[in-house]
Parts: sequence; structure tokens; C-alpha cells
Amino acid sequence: MKDKGKLLVLFLIASEAFFFIALIIAYVYYRNFTNATDTVAANLDAMRTGIFTLFLVGSSVTLIFGKRALKKGNNQTFKLFMALTILLGAVFMVGQITEYIGLYHKQITLNKDVFGSSFFTLTGFHGLHVILGIIALSILFGVSFTKMKPVTLAGIEGVDTYWHFVDVVWIFVFYFVYITPLL
Amino acid sequence: MSLFIDIPEDDDQLPALNTGRGKLIWISSVDHKQLGIMYLWLALFFFLIGGIEAMIIRAQLASADNDLISPELYNQIFTMHGTTMIFLALMPALIGLATYLLPLMIGANEMAFPRLNAFSFWMTCMGGFLMYFSFFSGGAPDAGWFNYAPLSENNYSSTAGVDYYLVGLILTGMGSIGAGLNFVTTVLTLRSPQMKLNMLPLFAWMIFINGFLLLAAFPLLNAGLFMMLIDRQFDAHFFIPSTGGSAILWQHFFWAFGHPEVYILALPAFGIISEVIPVFSRKPIFGYKFIAASTVAIALLAFGVWIHHMFAAGMSNTVNGFFAASSMLIGIPTGIKVINWIGTMYKGSIRMTVSMMFTMAFLIDFTIGGLSGASFAIVPIDWQLTDTYYVVAHIHYVFLGGTAFGIFAGIFYWFPKISGRHLSEKLGKWHLWLFVLGFNMTFLLQHVLGILGMPRRVYTYPVDLSYWEVLNLISSLGAIFMFAGIAAFLWNIYVTLKKPRQADDNPWEAWTLEWATTSPPQLQNFTSLPPVHSRRPLWDLKHPDNPDKKLN
Repeated sequence: MKDKGKLLVLFLIASEAFFFIALIIAYVYYRNFTNATDTVAANLDAMRTGIFTLFLVGSSVTLIFGKRALKKGNNQTFKLFMALTILLGAVFMVGQITEYIGLYHKQITLNKDVFGSSFFTLTGFHGLHVILGIIALSILFGVSFTKMKPVTLAGIEGVDTYWHFVDVVWIFVFYFVYITPLL
Repeated sequence: MSLFIDIPEDDDQLPALNTGRGKLIWISSVDHKQLGIMYLWLALFFFLIGGIEAMIIRAQLASADNDLISPELYNQIFTMHGTTMIFLALMPALIGLATYLLPLMIGANEMAFPRLNAFSFWMTCMGGFLMYFSFFSGGAPDAGWFNYAPLSENNYSSTAGVDYYLVGLILTGMGSIGAGLNFVTTVLTLRSPQMKLNMLPLFAWMIFINGFLLLAAFPLLNAGLFMMLIDRQFDAHFFIPSTGGSAILWQHFFWAFGHPEVYILALPAFGIISEVIPVFSRKPIFGYKFIAASTVAIALLAFGVWIHHMFAAGMSNTVNGFFAASSMLIGIPTGIKVINWIGTMYKGSIRMTVSMMFTMAFLIDFTIGGLSGASFAIVPIDWQLTDTYYVVAHIHYVFLGGTAFGIFAGIFYWFPKISGRHLSEKLGKWHLWLFVLGFNMTFLLQHVLGILGMPRRVYTYPVDLSYWEVLNLISSLGAIFMFAGIAAFLWNIYVTLKKPRQADDNPWEAWTLEWATTSPPQLQNFTSLPPVHSRRPLWDLKHPDNPDKKLN
């Protein structure tokens, strides 16, 4: 492959995947292989989080359109879609933060029990990745206002791969944390 | 004082430390050769610290009912000895050799991501020093190098030592992931255009495979380390059974990383051996494809055997049986390699350099380590011998008799290329014999001690257990031999670096691309590359009438 930046990000996300697999395994292990009852699942609102999930998935879609526009040299459309992507990502984060606050009021915290620990660790690490992605997208967005167009072109290959990865990880997290207790 | 640093030209030598801005240029360097050299110095530094810790352990165990150091300090010393040697000595040494040699071997001028390379080095370096800072903050980690929960949790380890262990390893782990990313992308994108993947020198091939192992193994460790850090700092419950957590989960995470880690340390050493043996036997490697393919087999199997570290933890017989079988399987690709190396030496014209002698010591001692390892794959034997000195003997035969001998062989082999000077063969032989004899003296008998029932990590033992004292005393005497051997090695490095540069470009008449440039290479590795049509481009260059089979 010629584009070593994209290659690097592909291997990086493969590596990150193992990290998230370990965190998901911990959650699933406590729920399915110990005698404890999942105290967090009963307090989660799968519908509400599902809607915020759509925002994150939507941000991946807008990023695809943005990248396509950039490759066609359509800079205005690119900026529009980038702004939309960042906005959708931010909405997702707002959803997560308000969810945390709600759980805190129900006295579900990191140190309550194993499910509190693994819920906040897993979703928290994912949230950190989303924030990192938003920062990376914002840098590209900012750069696209300058004359450094080649930077944006080179950067978008890596950043969009990373952003889709963060999105896919969330779908797995959503399935294992929010959906499986309902099944 | 000028505000500007003169940027060195491509055909300059690496800047000297003691001239002008030399130190600044080294600290801020992104050159793979400088970073490789810094990795090697870092490894040597921590190897000495870990060695001194080992000497303290052996001094404490030299006689019965000894109380040379306090039990608390003893726990800290053996924990730091293991952690240091594995994460801060062996890994930086191997990654350092790889960082230095990988671009040279594939005909590139740099790694694919030079700044990531510098990031990896400094993360490893700072992680190591951070871990040692624990000694000044109330006590080093003391829960063993694999840091089993719940011993490592707040209730039982109340000093900040374990926190330093966790944060230090997270940092070095991130550094290792960065190194892995760089190795894989460098091999895939920066090879000389004529060099196909099946023409890589075996060291480069093994580093390539090793990159994948690093990428897959370290995230598992980091996840576990983060969870434990959250346990300790934010009162979470991941690994604390009394509040619903699972101590065994830590074991799973640690060993799912820990067993691939064994191969992360072994594969590059295999690579060094695969370079040294053909050159000093004056024959091409025997069975290149088998060595290359068995490396992949080892890397894949590495992720399916970790339960054999946990046979005593109480898994079901089905699980134990499965992992016993998969662990046995690993013996096959490793055996293939040993047979191929011996096949390369067979009827070769062997040059008995120090490098080659270390390689032969590797073959013997690593095979012993492999055999004691296979005995652990048999569940009942494991139940009998787990947590005894038999394990200690095994791990040292694999890591010291295997990896470290490989590193010594590599240092003696590549030292002329890296520094432009030959290490003294005479001092090298002192180093070799003292170290190899001392090594076998120390650890061969520990198999017996383990069978007699001496538990690992024990602080001391009573005088009336038959043979324990004499065996331990001999073991400790062997450690002194090893210490003397390392002293010879240090002296060797010191006197050699005082000499002027006089090594030829290709002093061993080797065949891989790193010998096609000057010794030491200029800042830009290559101005032009020889044509690459086989696995031994320099042989083809020298023998145009009798070239190797063309592969591209």
C-alpha cells in the first residue's frame, strides 16, 4: 500500500480493537459467568442511547460525503460536511455526559460494584476515543480554512478510518451493554 | 552562543555527544540509528540495575536462615528484578537492535515514522525511570512481576509501588505498540523496490512478525493495567473477589499478554541467530521457508496457550487438556527452527567468533529451556512443579540462556557496523565462558531445587532441609561468575570505544544489505543500493558468475 499514513492507522485500530475486546470481555464475564446480577443494565435507557447512537452513525455517513467532496476538490461542501460530522459527534458526547449525570443521581458510580466499574470504564474509554476523534476532525476542519490543502488530503485518510473505527466499536459496546440485557 | 543548530548533512557521521550541541541533537533526534543506539544504552543500564538486584537475591539465598535484607525489601527486589529484565532490559535491547538494523537490512534510509520512533523510545525510557522512582516514594512494587490480584490491590499492597508499576508499564507498553506499528509499516512500505517479502533477511522477517505480536499483545496488558489502576485509584472492583470482582480475570488478561510476550522476546533473538549462523558457517541458511513459516506458526499459536500459566488456578480438565495440547504444539515450529540452524552449521566452515559461540550456547541452553517448558505443558507435572524453583530455572533458560545469549551474539556481530570498531575477541571469550558457565551453574541446579520443593520467591529457608543450602550456595556462586562475565563485557565496551574507528564495511563477509554501507553508516544510510535479486544481495555482487537463484 502506498499510503503509509492510512496503513499506520489501520494497524493502530487493529491494536485498539484488542484493547476494547478486553474491556468488553470483562463486562460480559461479570454478567454471564459470575453469580452477580447486573445492577447497571436495569437503569439504562436503551431507547435514548439508541437515538444518540444514530447520531454517531450519522457522523460516519457525513464524513464519507465530506471525504468524497474533498477528493472532488469541492472545498465548500467538504467544510459543510466536516462541521456536520463534528457536530454529530459532539451531540453523541452530550448524550453520554447527560447519561452519566443521570446515573450519578441514581447513585450508580464507578466504585459501586463491578458493573459500575466496567460500565464506566468501557463507555468512558470509548468516550475518550470519541473526544480524540473530534479533536482530530477539528484540526482538519481548521486546516481546511488555510491554504494547506495537501495536509487535509493526507490527514483525512487516517482520520476517517479512525472515526469509522470509533463508530464500529460503539455499535459493539451498544450491543453488549444495552441490548443483550433486554434479550 | 548561536541560536541556530547546524543541521547535519546527509553524508555526516552521527553527531558526537561532547561537541557543541551534540547532547541536544541526540535528545531531539528522530534518526533510527541514534534511537537504536539509545535503546541499547538504555537496555544496558537497566540490565545492570536488574543484575545488581539479582545479585542481592542470590546473596540473600546463599545461606539458610539468612537475613541480609528485610523480607519487605526482598519482595520489592525480586519484583523489580523480573519487571526490569523483561520490560526494560530485554525488550529495549531487541527493539533497539531492530530499530537500528531494520531500515538498513531492507535498504531504507529511515523508519516509516521517525517521530513515532522517537516517541516510542522516550515512552519506554520514561516509563522505566518512573517505575524506579517508586523506590523514593515509599517502596517499590512488591507483588511479583505478574502482579497477581488481589495481592496487588489496595488492601494488601498499600504503598504506591504497584501504582508505579501500573503506570510505568502502561507507558512502556504504549512505546512498544508504537515500535510495533513502525516495524510493520516500515517493512511494508520502505523495502528496496526490488526486495520482495520472501527475500527479507530472517532478522527483518522476524521483526516484522514480532510487530504484529506487539500490536496484539500489549493492548491486552494495557487494558488489564488500566483496570487495576482504576481499582486502586478510584475504588473500582474489577479484580477484588471480596466485592464481586474476579482475581482470575487478571490472570487471564496478564497471561493472554504474557505468553505472546515470551515470543516477543524470543522471535527477535531467533532472528539474530538466523543471521549469525549462516555468516559464520559460510553457508546460506538451511530451510529459509521453514524458518520463516514456523515463525508465523509460533506467532499464531502464541495466543492460544496462555492457560498453561494457570493450570493450578482450577480450570476444568477440558480446558486444561486443550491448552496442554496447544502448548505442546509450540514445540514443533520451535524444533523446526533448531533443526534448521543445526542443518545450516552441518558441513559448514565454522568460524569460532564470540558471536558464533554465543549462538551455540544459545542452541544448547535454549533447547534445555524449551524442554523444561514442554514439561510444564503436562498438567500433572505442572501441578507438582508450579511456583517452585523449577519455574525459575525454566524462565531463566528461556530468557537468559535464550534471548540474552542471542542479544550478546547480535551485539558482537553488529558492533563493527554500529560503532565502526570490533569488540575484543579475547575479552569477549572471557565474557562468554564466565557467563555461560556461571549461568548453567546458577540455573541448572535450580531445576533440582524446584523438584525438591523450594518455592519461588521464598525469602529464606531453614538449615535442616537436605541439600537446599549447598545447592543454593552453588547457585549463588554461579551468579558471581555471571557478574564477572558482565564486568568483562563492560570493560570490553569501554576499551573498544576508546579505539579509533577501523572496521571494514563488511568485516564478516556477510551477505545482507546492512553490510553494503559504511561502518558506521552516515546519517543517510545509502546513497545507492546494490541490485537485490536474491536473499543474499552481497553474495551476488561478489560472485557474479555464481549468483543465488533469482527470486524476482
